[in-house]
Amino acid sequence: MQTVTRDMLVSRAKALLADGTVDRVLGWKAGEFTYDVTPGVFTDADAMEKEFVYGDFCGANFSKYLLTEARKTEKKVLVFLKPCDTYSFNQLLTEHRFDREKVYAIGIPCDGMLDIHKIRTLSAEGVTGIDTDGESVTVHTLYDGDKTVARADALAERCVNCKSKKHVAYDELLGEDGEIIDSARFDEVAAIEKMTPDERFAFWQDALSRCIRCNACRDVCPACTCEKCVFDNPNSGVENKSPANSFEEQMFHIIRAFHVAGRCTDCGECSRVCPQHIPLHLLNRKFIKDIDEFYGEYQAGEKVGSRAPLVDFMTGDLEPSEAVKRGETNA
Amino acid sequence: MRKCSLTALDALFAKMAESAALYLPVDGDDGRAHYAQWQEGLHLSDALNTVRSAKDFFFPQTENLMAFKVNGKTIEIIDTRTEADDFIVFGVRACDVRSFDILDTVFLAEPADSYYANRRAHGVIISLACTRPAETCFCSTFGIDASTPAGDVVCWKTDDALYMEAKTEKGSALMAALADLTEECDTDAVKAQQATTKERMAKLPLADLTADKFGGGKTMEFFSDPAWATLSEACLGCGTCTFVCPTCQCYDIKDFDTGHGVTRLRCWDSCMYSDFTKMAHGNPRLTQVERFRQRFMHKLVYYPENNGGVFGCVGCGRCLTRCPISMNIVKVMKNLGGDAK
Repeated sequence: MQTVTRDMLVSRAKALLADGTVDRVLGWKAGEFTYDVTPGVFTDADAMEKEFVYGDFCGANFSKYLLTEARKTEKKVLVFLKPCDTYSFNQLLTEHRFDREKVYAIGIPCDGMLDIHKIRTLSAEGVTGIDTDGESVTVHTLYDGDKTVARADALAERCVNCKSKKHVAYDELLGEDGEIIDSARFDEVAAIEKMTPDERFAFWQDALSRCIRCNACRDVCPACTCEKCVFDNPNSGVENKSPANSFEEQMFHIIRAFHVAGRCTDCGECSRVCPQHIPLHLLNRKFIKDIDEFYGEYQAGEKVGSRAPLVDFMTGDLEPSEAVKRGETNA
Repeated sequence: MRKCSLTALDALFAKMAESAALYLPVDGDDGRAHYAQWQEGLHLSDALNTVRSAKDFFFPQTENLMAFKVNGKTIEIIDTRTEADDFIVFGVRACDVRSFDILDTVFLAEPADSYYANRRAHGVIISLACTRPAETCFCSTFGIDASTPAGDVVCWKTDDALYMEAKTEKGSALMAALADLTEECDTDAVKAQQATTKERMAKLPLADLTADKFGGGKTMEFFSDPAWATLSEACLGCGTCTFVCPTCQCYDIKDFDTGHGVTRLRCWDSCMYSDFTKMAHGNPRLTQVERFRQRFMHKLVYYPENNGGVFGCVGCGRCLTRCPISMNIVKVMKNLGGDAK
């Protein structure tokens, strides 16, 4: 259960619509079941009253929608941001991707979002409804009655390894702000680093060979905001709608990870949307971990306008030969 | 009808795999079912369906069509086609079996697509009746009976046995080869299972979903519906729905420069993509609203219009579980035409 309720969000949004501060509200619309909410835009109070929902499956990061929504508003667009979303928000501002003046941001506390795929695995297929109450999640199923799972077990991976409950950007806050968390998010990266090169290659080959090049990871990624992606450009010479072979798949994801290195805030949207369950966040976290270790701790999106280590040359920076040395140590 | 004890299932698979490559759904490390080639030690998944559909066997995501070899001023054209090896796909659900009809209509119409036809000719479909359809299932909307799939051989799995019935010549030939491992049986257990599954189908959350308002001739009725703008507003423009869909059939043909020649390949394309059906002037569908509309109009209006009223959706529910923003054909069907729930 979330500490902020749907009614709190709706009443604040209606007030801001009524006093003319905003003319568009980014929110969620109910689906057929509890878990299939869809992001949507509301422009009037009646529609909000009827359709606006909020709950444990409202995990989509709205920051990227501001690229288009901030252009459509005459006044401001209202966006509700979870702590992790605010990092993406700042990073997009750092990259001048939307007009801050066109956005009214309300920070909302987040108690972690649930992963329907985990819930299905833990309870049963045929999930007709989900009720959350404190630390337990009751799952109504078609054939296996009601099943109860611990909320902690049903949390999305990115929420299990939440890096911050603190909002780094907002115009106003609903509820209490939290703290930056010393999370275990690099543990799995460290485990992969400890593998032999062959094991590591096999791990990634197995994961990346599942890729169907749907581009959902790229399309949802707040760090991927090129007007025309190189992989969509027929003149780029690397355009490819589908993997020509397994090497292609590795190249797509590894190139993308390089492209967002230093800019990825670790929001986890890539892994959330992957239909093939590829742990893409681990590629990004590897870069974040390396940057932290080589150049000192750096969190993309923590401050607007900060210069990321990879684009900020310092005389004390590591020499490229470090990569060779590390390669030899790991071999 | 014949049956085989579940304890002898491995032997049955081994026998099938003697004559042809056998593919079946198995549980992957990620806890989801994927098709894999059977080998000793692999077990049939209990999952309702695979993440990717069975269309991949006949219409793979990427395939090479032909090659060109450049030598000075001559270009050699190489036909890379080879006769496909025989293969068997086991455990195809009723929805996916129906999807082959939809694909056949497109690929086998004259002039037939020889690449697709080659695989269809060499593939044997062994379907498996559903017993526990999911909340996202709506195959009955399109007249599909999950308890009685089509296929070359139809199977029903109960607690203790696999019941099998051949439906085609290919299926009969396969069943003849399996005669030693199967025994003639009555249909009581199958009938009981079918009755239970039908009861379950009738109680599914989407059991009442109907496609009646759609079909051929409805282009003008739905094309300018204002609902398209709101339905598509959060669409990421990714290709997930099209790539997990068993009936999405669009492809692109590309030339790949190998350095000393060209490989001409085809790969799945997605109407959600910005460069789909790109022409000299660009993409005729300028924004995601038109791209999104295309996908659903194709399935609900254009395909039935061109193919005797048959819809281009089989209700497998994959788009319901995979779409990153949980937008899908069910929400589209319910919201178009102004009678939103």
